[in-house]
Amino acid sequence: MAEKSSLHPAQLDYERQKRKDEMKQQVVTFALMIIFTIISFSMVIAEIDKLFVIPVIIVLAAVQVGFQLYYFMHMSHKGHELPAFMFYGGVFAAFLTILALIALVWW
Amino acid sequence: MSEHDVLNPKEMPLNPEKATLEGKNKFIGFWFFLGGETVLFASLFGTYLALNGSTNGGSSSQELFGLELVFIMTMLLLTSSLTSVYAMYHMKNNDFKKMQIWLGITVALGLGFLGFEIYEFYHYIHHYEFTLRSSAFGSAFYTLVGFHGGHVVFGLSWIIALMIRNAKRGLNLYNAPKFYIASLYWHFIDVVWVFIFTVVYLMGVL
Repeated sequence: MAEKSSLHPAQLDYERQKRKDEMKQQVVTFALMIIFTIISFSMVIAEIDKLFVIPVIIVLAAVQVGFQLYYFMHMSHKGHELPAFMFYGGVFAAFLTILALIALVWW
Repeated sequence: MSEHDVLNPKEMPLNPEKATLEGKNKFIGFWFFLGGETVLFASLFGTYLALNGSTNGGSSSQELFGLELVFIMTMLLLTSSLTSVYAMYHMKNNDFKKMQIWLGITVALGLGFLGFEIYEFYHYIHHYEFTLRSSAFGSAFYTLVGFHGGHVVFGLSWIIALMIRNAKRGLNLYNAPKFYIASLYWHFIDVVWVFIFTVVYLMGVL
C-alpha cells in the first residue's frame, strides 16, 4: 500500500546491500551481548563486593535489553514511533509496579 | 491490494511484514501487547524481589542456584535470538527455505533451553524438596521463572505451527506479518530472560 510496488533494480540492490551490512552489525551486537553476559557472570563468581556488583550487572542487563530492542527487534528503524510509545508506556507502568512492591516490603 | 495479490504477490515488497493494512495493524497491536507483557512480568519480578528472603526455614537461593546451568541456558536463548534475526533477514530477502532453516535452528535452541529448565526444576523438587508450596520464596520463584518457561513453550509452539502450516505455501504478504510477529515475541522472551538471570540467579547467589 504505502510500499512502492516496483523498485528500480539499482534501488533494490542498494537496499539489499544495506540489509547485508545491517546483518553484520547484528552479529557485532550479538558478540557484545555475549561479552556483557560473561562479564556479569564472572563478576558474581569472583565474589566482588555486593554493593558494587548489583548496580553494575543491572546496568549491563539494561544495556543488553536496549541492544535487543533497538537492533534485534529493529526499533532503530523508522516507523517505530507508535510501537516505542506503547512499549515505553508499559515500561513506565512496570517501573512503578516494581517500585511499589519493593517499597511495600521495606516498610 | 486484492486478496489474490496478498496470497500470490507478483513481487515481494521490501518490507513484506508491513505491506498490508493487516500487517501494519498486527505490528502496532503486537508492540502494544508487549508493553502489557512488560507490566505483567514486572509484577512477578516485584513479587519475587519482595519475597525472595522468605524461605520458611527451607532452601535459600544461595543453596539452590548453580550458575553453570544458568550460563548454558542464557547462551542457548541468546543465540536463538540471533538465529531468529537471521530468519527475518532471509524473510525480507524473500528466501523462504533459508528462513525455515534458521527458524528451525531457533526452535532447536529453544527446546534445549526448555530441557535444561525442566531438569533444573526437577532437580530442585527432588533433591532439595523446594516446591511451589514450600515457601513464599518458592512460590515467587516458580511463578516468575515458570511463567517465563510457559512463554518459551508458547513461543516454540507458535513458531513450529507457522513453519508447518506454511511449509508448502511459501512466503506471501499474508503470512509474512505472522512470521515477523512470532520473531518479535521470541526476542521479548530473551529480553525477560536477561532480567531473570540477572535479578533471580546472579543476585540470588551473591
